[in-house]
Amino acid sequence: MSDAPMLAIRDLHVAINGTEILRGVDLTMDRGTVHAIMGPNGSGKSTLAQVLAGHPAYQVTAGSVRYEGRDLLDLDPEERAREGVFLAFQYPVEVRGITNSYFLRSAVNAIRKHRGEPELDAMDFLQVLEDKLTAIGWDDSFLNRPVNEGFSGGEKKRNEILQLAVLEPKLAILDETDSGLDIDALKTVAGAVNKLRRPDRAFLVVTHYQRLLDYITPDFVHVLADGRMVRSGGPELAHELEAKGYDWLRDGAVVA
Amino acid sequence: MTSIEAQVLQPYKYGFETNIESEIVPPGLNEDVIRLISTKKGEPEWMLEGRLKAYRQWVRMTEPHWANVRYGPIDYQAISYYAAPKRGPELKSLSEVDPKLVETFEKLGIPIEEQKRLAGVAVDAVFDSVSVATTFRAELAKSGVIFCPISEAIREHPDLVREYLGSVVPANDNFFAALNSAVFTDGSFVYVPKGVRCPLELSTYFRINARATGQFERTLIIADAGSYVSYLEGCSAPTRDENQLHAAVVELVAHDDATIKYSTIQNWYPGDEAGRGGIYNFVTKRGKCAGRRSKISWTQVETGSAITWKYPGCILQGDDSIGEFYSVAVTSQRQQADTGTKMIHLGRNTRSTIVSKGISAGQGQNTYRGLVKILKGADGARNYSQCDSMLIGDRCGAHTFPYIDVRNSTATMEHEASTSKIGEDQIFYLRQRGLSAEDAVSLIVNGFCKEVFRELPMEFAVEAQRLLGISLEGSVG
Repeated sequence: MSDAPMLAIRDLHVAINGTEILRGVDLTMDRGTVHAIMGPNGSGKSTLAQVLAGHPAYQVTAGSVRYEGRDLLDLDPEERAREGVFLAFQYPVEVRGITNSYFLRSAVNAIRKHRGEPELDAMDFLQVLEDKLTAIGWDDSFLNRPVNEGFSGGEKKRNEILQLAVLEPKLAILDETDSGLDIDALKTVAGAVNKLRRPDRAFLVVTHYQRLLDYITPDFVHVLADGRMVRSGGPELAHELEAKGYDWLRDGAVVA
Repeated sequence: MTSIEAQVLQPYKYGFETNIESEIVPPGLNEDVIRLISTKKGEPEWMLEGRLKAYRQWVRMTEPHWANVRYGPIDYQAISYYAAPKRGPELKSLSEVDPKLVETFEKLGIPIEEQKRLAGVAVDAVFDSVSVATTFRAELAKSGVIFCPISEAIREHPDLVREYLGSVVPANDNFFAALNSAVFTDGSFVYVPKGVRCPLELSTYFRINARATGQFERTLIIADAGSYVSYLEGCSAPTRDENQLHAAVVELVAHDDATIKYSTIQNWYPGDEAGRGGIYNFVTKRGKCAGRRSKISWTQVETGSAITWKYPGCILQGDDSIGEFYSVAVTSQRQQADTGTKMIHLGRNTRSTIVSKGISAGQGQNTYRGLVKILKGADGARNYSQCDSMLIGDRCGAHTFPYIDVRNSTATMEHEASTSKIGEDQIFYLRQRGLSAEDAVSLIVNGFCKEVFRELPMEFAVEAQRLLGISLEGSVG
């Protein structure tokens, strides 16, 4: 493993349908750290999450992203996933007729194959799944339900975290995982994420509200506004934002 | 073309041609041609009479054009109605089958040498107008099951054929059925005696090879009281620029407590991207649940043909009889399909289930057309229909025409329909979990078709999966 940071974003510019959303984003993340990206609606937070995962609708117009020293933007979405980049979606999609456990096994085997490891059969995989569920303290109630079909908002978000647990990424991006969750669901999800923190795993937590960060304590907080990072700091920055809102930063950015 | 569409539009893999010396009757249709076919088949006089009667009805009928498909006029005089590989005297055993034919079927994944048996499956292989081999006949005969080419059944089992042929699909049923009744050449005949559970899966594989010919096959399956049979047909044809006509008739009869499970994997040549060539698949399939508590179940996976026009149906005559129709129809490139089912409820407490999955890609047009008819005497009849359409890309179309005709107030009808589209977001989600775009499409299509695939016999579920390029969810095994 190289000494390069886990993730190094330099002057990233991104557009969708000709409209520029990100206008020069810089961010460096080391292994084992938790970074929170906060910002008002429309600031480009989710765009950043989608671009890192390789969503084809976005065009990178300038800048670079290096992941463990490699050019991340050069990889297809599935290659990024197999190399350990995971995005917990804000709006997970439904896949009719395919059970969660089958879907997860397909994903795990795609990743294992990429690493040159033998694929897991249904029995072996079941064991892996149960171990993961135990580790995060959940039961197996939705393993045999179709992927996200008929799931409540909270169940969909939990399902994303379960996938995170099973796929064992190096870089986990959580895109507004707290949105639409009541306080109990939020605690459950945050509790699971905390159990998944590791020295070799970095988290990028995208959120509009500070309340998620009451449960997942970040090492760094960054504020994104109008497609630029306008402020970075420690966990205390989140509390400041909670108290003052985002406007003072935006004004500050203009003045600066 | 989007990346998703590209995944679905796989090249046709069965387009090769077998170079074999064939005897082909010159194009054209008249009473002399029919006499010639009948003579070649060594048929009794009653059969020839039946053919001529059908022909005389056909000349007065007009080709139907109510289906939601478009094609140019068909010149029935430009088609050859009989093509057969040349061969010596009658074959005494399978080992005498022309090696070129054996090789052809092998290439198609259909072993006709018994030692290479497909687990538990007996095969009748039909090449152009003739059956070239039928496997495991001796084994089947031990339990009294007759499985042979229909041309042979006409000679060897005339009483059964006379009693049942045309009893479900009469010659004047429709234009294509009349044409088939006049000129049909081969196909399979199955009779399962009382109380016998057929020990093997029965299967017929239809291969069109010769140019400028039509294939007119005829299948007749009779399940006597308390018997069970599962039958599967598969088909393919070489890649050609011109269209070829395939007009088949299939008749099923189930007596008291008998069950017939009829599965189709249809993969006729679909034509090319520009819509050149391909098979016109104009088929009449119907089953009669004649007896009480009888059951007929149709399962079809339709991926081929330039144009498909077929409505496998059930006449639910016996009280408490059951009809089922499970269908996956795929149209891509410029394929057009107008397919569905007819469930005619006559008996009391008859039940029918319809599950139709249409997948359209490229510039394909997919139409579901179904009729559920509950007649006066059908007290307590029930129907459940589900029609789902999936669109891939934005140049294709899906259409649904459910006809419901209820004449008994005690009937229960349920109908559900949905239309969905595979979107870039869905594909992206699956790719983000490490699946290739191709596997992502497969997974989505597989999930969409699951209710139909699970109805296929296990050996053929794998075939269907291969056809659609789909990895079957752990359900196999």
